[in-house]
Amino acid sequence: MAQIFHPGMNILAKATIFGAIFIIAGIAVAGAAFVRSPYVTQVNVVREQPVPFSHQHHVRELGLDCRYCHYGVEKSSSAGIPSTEICMGCHSQVWKDAEMLRPVRESFQNGTPLKWTRVHDLPDFVYFSHKIHVAKGVGCESCHGRVDEMPLMRRAASLHMDWCVECHRHPERAVRPKQDLFQFGVNRTTVAGVSMEPPLRAATATNFDLLDQSVADLSAPSKPGNAEELGRELVARYGIVTRQLTDCVVCHR
Amino acid sequence: MSNLDLTSLEQNAIRAVRSRQADGDSMQFWRSLEEAAAAPEFEKYLHREFPSQLAVWEDPVGRRSFLKLMAASLAFAGVTGCTRSPEEKIVPYVRSPEELVPGEPQFYATAMPRAGYGYGVLAESHMGRPTKIEGNPEHPITRGGSDAFMQASILALYDPDRSQTILHRGAIETWDVFVRAMTEEMERLRKNQGHGLRILTGTVTSPTLAAQLTDLLQALPQARWHTFESTVPESVAAGARLAFGRPVDTVLRFDQAKVVVSLDGDFLSGLAGSLKYAREFIAGRRAVSDSSAMNRLYVAECTPTITGAMADHRVAVPPSQIALLAKHILRQITPESSVAVDRELTGQPGPWLTAVIQDLREHRGASIVTTGAGQSAEVHALVHAINQSLGNVGHTVTYIDPVAVSPPQPGSGLHELVTEINVGDVQTLIILGGNPVYNAPGELNFEKLLSKVSLRLHLSDFQDETSFLCDWHIPAQHYLESWSDIRAADGTVSLVQPLIAPLYGGKSPHEILSVLAGQPTRVAHEIVHSYWQKQLSGTDFSRRWRQALHDGVIPQTAAKPVEVPFKLDLSNLVDATKKSLASDQALEIEFRPDPTVWDGEYSNNGWLQELPKPLTKITWDNVAAISPKTAERLHLSSGDLLEVTVAGRSLQTPVWIMPGQADNCVSLTFGYGRTKSGQLGTGRGSNAYSILPAGKHWFSTGTVRKLPGHHVLATTQNHHSMEGRDIVRVTTLTDVQNPPEHPAHATSHTASPQSMYAGFKYEGNAWGMVIDQTACIGCNACVVACQSENNIPVVGPEQVAVGREMHWLRIDRYYHGELDAPEVYFQPMMCVHCEEAPCEVVCPVAATVHDSEGTSNMIYNRCVGTRYCSNNCPYKVRRFNFLQFSDQTTPSLKLLRNPDVTVRSRGVMEKCSYCIQRISHARIDAKIEHLPLVPEGAVVTACQQACPTRAITFGNLANKDSEVRKLKESPLNYGVLEELKTLPRTTYLARVVNPHPNLPVPGAVPPHAPMPARPATGGKAES
Amino acid sequence: MIPDDVNGGRNANLGRAVVEPEETLRVLEPGQTYASVTDKISAIALAHQHPRSWLIGFITSSTLLMVFCYATAYVLIMGIGVWGNNVPVAWAFDIINFVWWIGIGHAGTLISAVLLLFRQEWRTSINRFAEAMTLFAVACAGLYPILHLGRPWVFYWLMPYPNTFGLWPQFRSPLIWDVFAVSTYATVSFLFWYVGLIPDFAVLRDRSKRPFSQIVYGILAMGWRGSAIHWQRYETAYLLLAGLATPLVVSVHTIVGFDFAVSIVPGWHQTLLPPYFVAGAIFSGFAMVMTLAIPLRSMYGLEDFITLHHLDNMAKVMLATGLMVGYGYLMEVFCAWYSGNQFEWYVTVNRAFGPYALCYWALIACNIFIPQLMCFRSVRHCVPALFVISLIVNIGMWLERFVIIVISLHRDYLPSAWEMYYPSVWDFAQFFGSIGLFFALLFLFVRFIPVISIFELRELVHETEGGHKP
Repeated sequence: MAQIFHPGMNILAKATIFGAIFIIAGIAVAGAAFVRSPYVTQVNVVREQPVPFSHQHHVRELGLDCRYCHYGVEKSSSAGIPSTEICMGCHSQVWKDAEMLRPVRESFQNGTPLKWTRVHDLPDFVYFSHKIHVAKGVGCESCHGRVDEMPLMRRAASLHMDWCVECHRHPERAVRPKQDLFQFGVNRTTVAGVSMEPPLRAATATNFDLLDQSVADLSAPSKPGNAEELGRELVARYGIVTRQLTDCVVCHR
Repeated sequence: MSNLDLTSLEQNAIRAVRSRQADGDSMQFWRSLEEAAAAPEFEKYLHREFPSQLAVWEDPVGRRSFLKLMAASLAFAGVTGCTRSPEEKIVPYVRSPEELVPGEPQFYATAMPRAGYGYGVLAESHMGRPTKIEGNPEHPITRGGSDAFMQASILALYDPDRSQTILHRGAIETWDVFVRAMTEEMERLRKNQGHGLRILTGTVTSPTLAAQLTDLLQALPQARWHTFESTVPESVAAGARLAFGRPVDTVLRFDQAKVVVSLDGDFLSGLAGSLKYAREFIAGRRAVSDSSAMNRLYVAECTPTITGAMADHRVAVPPSQIALLAKHILRQITPESSVAVDRELTGQPGPWLTAVIQDLREHRGASIVTTGAGQSAEVHALVHAINQSLGNVGHTVTYIDPVAVSPPQPGSGLHELVTEINVGDVQTLIILGGNPVYNAPGELNFEKLLSKVSLRLHLSDFQDETSFLCDWHIPAQHYLESWSDIRAADGTVSLVQPLIAPLYGGKSPHEILSVLAGQPTRVAHEIVHSYWQKQLSGTDFSRRWRQALHDGVIPQTAAKPVEVPFKLDLSNLVDATKKSLASDQALEIEFRPDPTVWDGEYSNNGWLQELPKPLTKITWDNVAAISPKTAERLHLSSGDLLEVTVAGRSLQTPVWIMPGQADNCVSLTFGYGRTKSGQLGTGRGSNAYSILPAGKHWFSTGTVRKLPGHHVLATTQNHHSMEGRDIVRVTTLTDVQNPPEHPAHATSHTASPQSMYAGFKYEGNAWGMVIDQTACIGCNACVVACQSENNIPVVGPEQVAVGREMHWLRIDRYYHGELDAPEVYFQPMMCVHCEEAPCEVVCPVAATVHDSEGTSNMIYNRCVGTRYCSNNCPYKVRRFNFLQFSDQTTPSLKLLRNPDVTVRSRGVMEKCSYCIQRISHARIDAKIEHLPLVPEGAVVTACQQACPTRAITFGNLANKDSEVRKLKESPLNYGVLEELKTLPRTTYLARVVNPHPNLPVPGAVPPHAPMPARPATGGKAES
Repeated sequence: MIPDDVNGGRNANLGRAVVEPEETLRVLEPGQTYASVTDKISAIALAHQHPRSWLIGFITSSTLLMVFCYATAYVLIMGIGVWGNNVPVAWAFDIINFVWWIGIGHAGTLISAVLLLFRQEWRTSINRFAEAMTLFAVACAGLYPILHLGRPWVFYWLMPYPNTFGLWPQFRSPLIWDVFAVSTYATVSFLFWYVGLIPDFAVLRDRSKRPFSQIVYGILAMGWRGSAIHWQRYETAYLLLAGLATPLVVSVHTIVGFDFAVSIVPGWHQTLLPPYFVAGAIFSGFAMVMTLAIPLRSMYGLEDFITLHHLDNMAKVMLATGLMVGYGYLMEVFCAWYSGNQFEWYVTVNRAFGPYALCYWALIACNIFIPQLMCFRSVRHCVPALFVISLIVNIGMWLERFVIIVISLHRDYLPSAWEMYYPSVWDFAQFFGSIGLFFALLFLFVRFIPVISIFELRELVHETEGGHKP
């Protein structure tokens, strides 16, 4: 009886058996890579804006403080986008005829707000508060990257949950002294700058039978050392309860 | 479907009970309700193949188009898949307001009008849209508390069914056209001094509006102003006039009273001052520390109300007997009184009455006798007489000049208006608010008469029954859209200020009146502002004005008590309500406002429609309540259709067998049977107004006839016994003061339950709650507050019927004891946040987890919906989105949402979170101030904030001084089902009753296994 | 004439009780040769047209399958609210069917693996379609855990994989154990089944006349040539898989039992559950094998291969496991009473006398009383009777899950939360639809794959011939 298959088929058969494993593995890896790719995360993707606003120019070259425009960052959950008024505060004086700024002037004249495109966009079920992050020593740079080097705004981090959680598990890697919060590209060397009124705990300790273990003893002198150690001391001085940072409800309600 | 449990079977149920009670086994009764049901039940299930099928098809979601849903669900799938997030725009201000910080809420003080009276509220506003209503702590009536109506009023603002355009004979018109038309009309009227002009309003307490009306009437002497308040019968005022010869309002001070006797007076709900009364009544009751402090409540009423449920001794009497009771009381406490007792008491109030009289005699000057709106003027007069002779006046009972402004000429009610229309005196009728076509007593036949009036104008927030019969319909403003002023039950004036521009171009009565006055350009703000400029004359008006707006009240405007001599000669007081039941088919028919939709004003409010009635737990419907005995006699079961006929008019309504109802009485509630309401309210239930006689009180006699057919009622609780389980613990005041060896309320379970696992270590905040069952009056405010705060969807009657209501917080109502006169217990039940939560260990994706402060959290975005957690929750407080319940399409409802709480989509579990969003805000603030713990009072849960009687206490167990910590150490404290070692963070204080020594102790729970009493703790947090 | 000890240890004892000299039970009727066996069985797969009964059966089951697809689509689009589930009865038909199907799946592995290791010849002619039945039952079962989710499209969150959340599933949850148990079980049963098929595919490949089927069977046969080395490796692999599969027979339903035993729901929270779930599973599994075997043998005239002896033995196994299950019910009641726990006791009473009492008593009748008929040899040898009894047991086992799941849930701790449960039309559609899926697959299997293991049957011929020689 004639053979149905050519002997070569045996090789093929064997190949497919082994190949299958690698192919499946390959697909899995590709999928994982895709969800982390800039296409999905929008990292470093510049978005169309009504006005080509340059943070590089305003922050680095002019040295504006972040809070001049993002006034909500210390007192509200949202940092706030400046009103046209704030833009016009300067641009009624400088560059007041620049073609580039026409939309701003129009907005100011006929009261129609500028429509910016959101660059850092968290899902609606994530509740992020700028004020607590700033209050606890997380600088702008930690999440927004080197904004001072961005001619046009783009996302510096994936904003994936594991990216957030990384920092919530190891805050010591991100916190910085108060005076560095709104700086860019500084490297931490000391915590001397942490100026902080002693926590009320001392005053009202009697009311509380459960004391927050992680509030540091502030009498301890701040010793210079490597970033990791300084980070830990900062965490202690800011009174950050690392264990609590990974409670789901810290971000999800 | 599920409620068939309770309905179809009750005939055999009751029979079963009787037999069991014959065996002296009354505990068993309530179970039998369902068990007797069992067999027929199951056959029904076998025969009627797919009952809940109906539910799905009739379900609004089901009716939405298949494709849309497909798209939606694909979208869900997409979102969770690896697609990029959609592009969003940010729209900043052009000129940002000074005080506004984007992302932080603001609160404004204003006042909610209801039945003409003002309730001070604080309205929360997020970026310019009101999202939540709270009571105003500065306001004498609310004092920070609130009721279900206040809480639900925010939904009314965004109701998509609100009237949105001016209509002239059904055609859309503009404001200018209307103004022109009215100006012409008014010119005509001015010529003949306003002859034929009639203005119909509800109760008016607004000083500005009153002033406007007075001015108008002065300008047009021939014109007349009538008032009609659908839920305040004239008997109240008439009673006062009868007793004192002049109208007065009665103000009760329950915190001063040791003995309270309510003769059909539901003072805990429904009165303009109820919030204050409830607060003060409980204040005088909670004081278990010294025996003299705790008051004692006697109630005689026809159908059980929440007041009756709170009573230490309640007796069920037909409404017509109340007058008789009052006379007996009066006669006994003042033998010299000339009151004629023309009849002997029938029924069982004998021993009750003796106890009442004894207690009243012992507490002259420290007691209150009160009655209800539905009773006749004579009864009100009698009650005034009783309080007079008890010397309560000036101590617990004070009289003030009427807060409501009444029209100058006497006889200006609806009846008089009707007569005038009949004789053709009325050419122009201006109806400012209200819906008389729907809720005028059927006997007046108002609907027909209206056509006799040539020009009819109606201002209302819905196109309701009246609007459809009027030439002009003007959309009214919601109170959160309008400028006005209003007085509370005690006379205090509040300014009403808008939080948002009228969504649908509504108008306020002030503006309509100023159009009539020929000043069409004046807007409400100008009118109100200028009025008060005159009143608050003084240099610093603007400061006082701003202060008043800020505080929500104008100081020193509460009415002063007045001395009124008692004028009535009791000897010739005739009992207008003397009736005798002719046949045994003839029954007494009692009417009262509905506990949730009131007089129909709220019939399109989904939150209130789906709010279970406190006693029956019925939603979306009204019923005819009858007693078990009467049901037996007439062979009726719950859900049977009944035809109730009064004086030739009849309506059809389902029967509800109401334990504790007076025999041979049928109780109907108003507010249903709306024919022109929104999509939620229209065509539900039956209209009790249609058979309401035009008399001055709310009961009559009538006949009933059983009709074929059965009506499915959507109830949220179908089983009424505690099955002898240790759920609601009850004890007596005497037991509390000198505890016996084994107090019934003492924790009966092992003090240190063992666990295989190492416990969770809590440092820092530890949240806990205590609910005082002595203080809970079952008023439902917390339920709606929770719904409002947490974006809880409305699911509709079909879904409620299959047991899918979404309320995070429910109020369980248990019956205990005899079938005909049971004890009623309320138990608010929500997630108790177990420290050893059974739900958490079984979730495969860790979507429900414990946080380091001891709350058990639901993470919606992680939930895949296995529902295992719900199965494993012994309290069954978890709610599941079986379908797409939350409305994500209606634009106006998007404005309603609380931005701090995720709106849940289909397929995820949800439950009480202890208002985690509020905790988070407080925690962040505390951490910014570098406090180790969140201070006391920084976190107030929505239910706690709403509770008018402060029955709910929430706080930080880690804080030694916290109120909740103290309560947890009370011997009354216990955890429901604590024997399961769930270590609930929410615990309960046993209900304390204060029975009269000569009367049987109202069903104290059977004592548990003898165990020494010990303070139950809230768990490891402070152990 | 087969001497009893050929049947091997335990079965011999079972056998001796009933086997009488005059009426002999054989695992293979006499007169079968290697050729006849091969012809007869391979003919079924290679035949051009099939008995009308096959066609009718296939059409019916495919129709039901369509119903299943429609119902599933509807549920996916509208949400599981179209079912009758509510709070407190959050699990109902979905989990009932899941447990039922998984249970049915058990017989296959038991027969093929355990009985193989115990050297039970009588397994030979039933193991093939028993395994197939297992696969298809597990396929049906496997769908429910996904479909019953509120958000089925994220079912993969139950699998541990490196994700962008930085999260793992919660390994304390029995549902996660389920994921592993069921998927492992499905994989191993499939491998076992496929490996067993390889030599037979080769037979079909060689006997097939049509090039297309030659190629298909050829690929499936993976170049099997039947050389000694093939056979030697093959036997090793087959035994290894049998060894792997054996623990699964116990593990899977034990873990399904944990789903309930681990919870605190009165009526669920019992250490008793896992063992009696396993017994119940085998009980229902054999019932299903019986339900399938009886029509099959008559449809294709396989009476010679699936003999009374097989049916008899299966009946005995059912009898045994049925008694274990009965013991389980008894202990449930006893434990509830003995625990003195009011909640447990109420649930027990409520099962027997509550609104769903009918289900409970039906269950007792189906699973305890009626199977006792199989004590009588006459019943065990009356094929129609066995068929009816096996059907009844299948129903009974479904009711058992209804009783455990629905009746326990609908009245648990707080009476205020008690609710009735009524299934909706979609519950039934999904249930009967899944039966359609099961049978559709089964009919296809019968059509294209040898329903009885040819090569094992030939071994059997070899062994029995010794016996038949005078």
